[in-house]
Amino acid sequence: MMINELIGRKVGMTQIYNESGQVVPVTVVEAGPCVVVGKRSLARDGYNAVSLGFGEKKNKRTTKPEKGQYSEDVSPKRIIKEVKTEEVESYNIGQEIKASIFKPGEYVDVIGISKGKGFQGVIRRHNFVGGVETHGSNFHRRPGSIGASADPSRVLPNMKMPGRMGGKRVTVQNLSVVVVDDSKNLLLIRGAVPGARGSLLTIKRRVSNG
Amino acid sequence: MKIKLSIPEIEKGYMKENIPAFRTGDTVRVHTKVKEGNRERIQMFEGIVIHRKNSGLKETFTVRKVSFGIGVERIFPLHSPLVEKIEVIRSGKVKKSRIFYMRDRSGKKSRLKEREDYKNGDKQIASAE
Repeated sequence: MMINELIGRKVGMTQIYNESGQVVPVTVVEAGPCVVVGKRSLARDGYNAVSLGFGEKKNKRTTKPEKGQYSEDVSPKRIIKEVKTEEVESYNIGQEIKASIFKPGEYVDVIGISKGKGFQGVIRRHNFVGGVETHGSNFHRRPGSIGASADPSRVLPNMKMPGRMGGKRVTVQNLSVVVVDDSKNLLLIRGAVPGARGSLLTIKRRVSNG
Repeated sequence: MKIKLSIPEIEKGYMKENIPAFRTGDTVRVHTKVKEGNRERIQMFEGIVIHRKNSGLKETFTVRKVSFGIGVERIFPLHSPLVEKIEVIRSGKVKKSRIFYMRDRSGKKSRLKEREDYKNGDKQIASAE
């Protein structure tokens, strides 16, 4: 099992044309290069994994305990993430994992932090329908009843109510890779991915077969 | 970390390079690839550009012609591989970037004057090439 995961950054969206001239909406993702920063082995840590680093970090801004994680030939990284793999032995510290681990036509799952929407009502947050706007109605965008009376005399857990929306970890499954640009470390992924431009993403080979 | 890559830069790699300079008001002949079964042929559409929209790879333009008394408009994606070639036939002097008023005009009213700078400049360059 090779590494099936990369850390990346969302660049933005655009469109390209396929061979038959159709427009394909794509998200440009700067995927890697990820550097192998460390290894975890079954004998020592109880599981097999490789820790990948992405993005350069100024030496000056790195604390001494943090620097201790890196071997001498690896510079400090902005983000470190452990990726499970059985073939820990076949990877060396300092090795670069590039966007070319994915091929055009493959399917990937993309994980990111969605854009924060602030405090939102139930219509936007939970797709409630709301009331009618006219005919003397005073019930427009309210949530309505949130429970019964003396029984159960409390609000049940997970009741859908207004509150903070977005800014959460979101996974989008089964997005197809349209173009892999190895020299620029770019992936062009069909469709939208979570998060704002410049936000961090994890790109995985797809989990489901559906 | 700053984003080194920008969308306009990435789009450059997918854009056509040899697009002739044309503006709203110009008369163009657009060669498009049409697939009929297994055969591919070139179809032409000639008319006045009434609008250019968006920028970069997403740019499109609208061409209007009057065919057998009926106005026909087609929107072409500028960088689509199906748009084989764009020929600029005549320039037109207009004051707006969207000349949708052409839809209400017919006959002699729908004539456009030729652009002066085009007459003197571009044409000479074109003939010199």
